[in-house]
Amino acid sequence: MAKVLVVTSGKGGVGKTTSTAALGAALAQSGNTVAVVDFDVGLRNLDLVMGAERRVVFDFINVIQGTVKLSQALIRDRRLDTLWLLPASQTRDKDALTADGVARVIAQLRQTFDWVICDSPAGIERGAMLAMRHADAAVIVTNPEVSSVRDSDRIVGLLDAKTEKAEKGERVEKHLLITRYDAVRAGKGEMLSIEDVLEILSLPLLGVVPESQEVLRASNIGAPVILCNASSAPARAYCDAMRRLKGENVPMTIPSDSKHLFGKLFRRRAA
Amino acid sequence: MSIFNWFKWKYRRGSAPVARDRLKVLLEHEGRRRLKSDLLGQLRGEIVAVICRHVTVEPENVQVKMNRGATVSTLAIDIEIPA
Repeated sequence: MAKVLVVTSGKGGVGKTTSTAALGAALAQSGNTVAVVDFDVGLRNLDLVMGAERRVVFDFINVIQGTVKLSQALIRDRRLDTLWLLPASQTRDKDALTADGVARVIAQLRQTFDWVICDSPAGIERGAMLAMRHADAAVIVTNPEVSSVRDSDRIVGLLDAKTEKAEKGERVEKHLLITRYDAVRAGKGEMLSIEDVLEILSLPLLGVVPESQEVLRASNIGAPVILCNASSAPARAYCDAMRRLKGENVPMTIPSDSKHLFGKLFRRRAA
Repeated sequence: MSIFNWFKWKYRRGSAPVARDRLKVLLEHEGRRRLKSDLLGQLRGEIVAVICRHVTVEPENVQVKMNRGATVSTLAIDIEIPA
């Protein structure tokens, strides 16, 4: 039974695309077939983050308009053969993303894949609403920062009202993913703590991804962060989050790079 | 200590508690509509179920109203029980 997951946040720049690529790769690595779908028409970036930008020939809009078949637009990942990407179109005409077309493509993806992950654009416009429309579950990506938390709250309201599930009187399963967390600053009272964010949003916590240089490094080279450096703190955080998403009971920890760094220094000295 | 210095001192100690309090107040206010659509329906359903366990009432004779003020919110439950 396929599961449709939307990765959303309201606010831009909090890590939706990074999280989509990382969770998609982690699920694929654990043996599931996964399609990641970019809904950011006009500003596609999931292809770039996943290192597939030069292999895009056809896109989501081409499939919706019936120009090509879905199988012609899907791009298979070079590293994981169960991971596929459906890129967004770079057209400026956002109306090309029609409600009927999206419903049809999602239904088709459901038949082929275990997981369909929809990377939502920022904001609450058409693209974002269509990305969440058919979701069974949602990952709400939030930075420990006031504007991000407020926008997440707004998105939760929309998930409870404007999705197909909500209209049928059912509930979209919601998961909070806190990204760019700095435990040291939170400890000093300079940043909202995990407890603060959970208290304000009252959502179940899927994981905490620490602020890390590895995220930028991964996007620089065009690899999901879990494949770029599997032992890095964000990679471990995303892998734990993926296991929780699959219903496994994984104790909540905030992975950190510092021990790793000490280890490196120590090794260097010893050598 | 001048007021300016006091503020400086307060924010140096950590601005996160200020952020948390501002967000709580804001979302309480903005979330009003969401609470109404979600919470009230659920409350009503559960209240009717509990009452019906003890007395026979028509579900439409149970009124649940919530008044949310700036500092205090009140929940009014009005149940018509047949004589």
